[in-house]
This record gives sequence, C-alpha cells and structure tokens, in this order.
Amino acid sequence: MAALRSSASRLLGAAASRPALRAAVTPAAVRGMATVTDGQQQHQAASGEKTNLKTFQIYRWNPDTPTEKPRMQSYTLDLNKTGPMVLDALIRIKNELDPTLTFRRSCREGICGSCAMNINGTNTLACLCRIPAESNADMKIYPLPHTFVVKDLVPDLTQFYKQYKSIKPYLQRDTPAEDGKEYRQTKADRKKLDGLYECILCACCSTSCPSYWWNSEEYLGPAILLQSYRWLVDSRDERTAERKDALNNSMSLYRCHTILNCTRTCPKGLNPGLAIAEIKKSMAF
Amino acid sequence: MRLSGLQKEVLSLYRNCLRECRKKPEASRKNFQVFARTEFEKNIKIDKRDFGAIEFLLRKGRRQLDMYASPGVKDIK
Repeated sequence: MAALRSSASRLLGAAASRPALRAAVTPAAVRGMATVTDGQQQHQAASGEKTNLKTFQIYRWNPDTPTEKPRMQSYTLDLNKTGPMVLDALIRIKNELDPTLTFRRSCREGICGSCAMNINGTNTLACLCRIPAESNADMKIYPLPHTFVVKDLVPDLTQFYKQYKSIKPYLQRDTPAEDGKEYRQTKADRKKLDGLYECILCACCSTSCPSYWWNSEEYLGPAILLQSYRWLVDSRDERTAERKDALNNSMSLYRCHTILNCTRTCPKGLNPGLAIAEIKKSMAF
Repeated sequence: MRLSGLQKEVLSLYRNCLRECRKKPEASRKNFQVFARTEFEKNIKIDKRDFGAIEFLLRKGRRQLDMYASPGVKDIK
C-alpha cells in the first residue's frame, strides 16, 4: 500500500512540474476513462434519457490456474454508451470493467478474422455481429467450439494452420510466363476465383462442422478445402493433378457429409459447401 | 502399481524430456534436467482425477518440449 501511495504522489508531482502537458492531456483522458458508474451518475443528473442495459455472459478460463473450472462471468453495459457491435462491447468491458478479459481482435471491420467466436450459439466475427437491440435477453459469448482454449475467448488454432500449410497454399509453376512478365488470366478464369479468394481463414466454418469436430486430425475442414479449391481452379497453377492426388483418400476430403453448417455460419457470406462439392465433382470425372 | 493411461502419458512426456536433455551440450545438460524436473514438480499437487487440468498441462508440456528441443537452444536458467 505504501508503495502504491508513493508512486501516486510521484505521478502527481511529475504532473505538477509539467502543467502544460497535463492541461493538454486531461480532457481527452477523462472522457476516455468514463466508466459505467460515471455514466449512470450523469444520467441521474439528467434523468431525461433512458438507460438500455444489456448483460453479456462471457466464458472465462485462466491457464495459470488449470485446476479451476471454466465459468461464465456476467458484465452489464449501457448500450446507449457502447458501439453497435459485439466487439465494441468486448473492448469496452476490457477497458472499463475487467482488464483481465482476453480475446483476439485487430481490424474491427471483418478483414482480419481475429475476433472469431461463438456468439449466442453461432460462430461469427465479433466485429461483424450487431448487438440485438430489440431483445433484452443476455448475450452468451464462448470461444470457437471444439478448439483447445488458450485463455478466455482465445482458441488454439495451431492444428488449423498446420492443415492450411499442408495444402501448399501458393502458386506452383514450372514454365515461365510466355511474355516473361506476369502470369496472365482470362476474365473468365479470374471469375472462377470470386467467392474463394475472399476467405479470411477465421475458422468459423471449420469449427462449426460436426464432421470436423470428430475428425479434426485428418479431415481438412471446410475452410481449408475452400482454399484447396481456390488453388485447384486457378488457371495459373500447374500442379492441379498433384493437389487432387493429395486429397484422394477417405479422410481429407470425403469426411464432408454436406451438413452445410459452414455455409450457414460464414461471416463473409462465402459458400465452402459448394467449393467442396466442386472438388468432389472434379475428382469423380 | 497399475497406472492409468493419463499417468502413463505424463511419465512418457517426462521420459521424452530427459531424452531430449541428452542431446544438449554436456555443460548445460544438468540445467535442462533441473528445469524439466521443476516444471513437473510445480503441478505435483494436482488431483489425479482432475483430467481437464492434466490434459491441458500435458499439451502445454509437449509444446514447451518442442520449443526447448530445437537445436538452437543451448542453455537454460
């Protein structure tokens, strides 16, 4: 306690010795640090606006205490002071209520795939998922299902990335381009890649697939198969036969039973189910 | 004593650790052995029926072993 107090006084002293800096910093800092209780106090003063409280139940588990069981922790936020997306709420909880809450996030606009999690029973990106304003039921947030958890909402995607590496997701060619410049494609060939190249590998689809839950060691899963198809149909790639050969066993591809959870859950609106069906078709004929 | 599958896995992980120690330079070998031993002893008090915790620690241990087994790692404190 003594140490705390002395450091606090040191901080104050430092601030006092540099009044200009302090004046410049304070107003923004105060607004940024406003807490929920502050908000409520302001509210009682104004007493005109309504609060719109929402409770978030979030899965918590700390690897430093492995003997403690995972638990759900509830946080209540005023939606009038929170952004519209679940990620905004999570960031606000982390900033203001509980700095120990752990989750991955980066771009906050659905292009990095970091914030994939299970929200109200659906795998999706927290940054693309609106907080439903009309219902006041609690929101339940879990990490991606059937993944090992690193901490709280952070899943261990090592296996997923290992499988992605195994399909050699890069252009394989032996012959140089005809004019010595780029590898050209017709417009029609380029069009085949639409709906495939947009995949951001967030793992929402793979972790929603029951077949992948039970066979994640060997079955590649929808996300990886979609990428696999992306390289199979690429007109510039010259190893199509070898790529198909690698998939030609009972596990890698044929564990897909067209359950289509992947297509239903994809936060980018892609269709991994169709891509897998196309691979199966091209293997059959 | 009859060991459960999980107990066998723990012992085999420890044995693998000691095996990897033997590949390290002789001067620092002792440090690696002591490190492996203390990592296991840290969690010696965990109830043997707490499967979730033991399985997590096994995964963590295997990851650590992979990392420390790389030939670039020469010594450990």
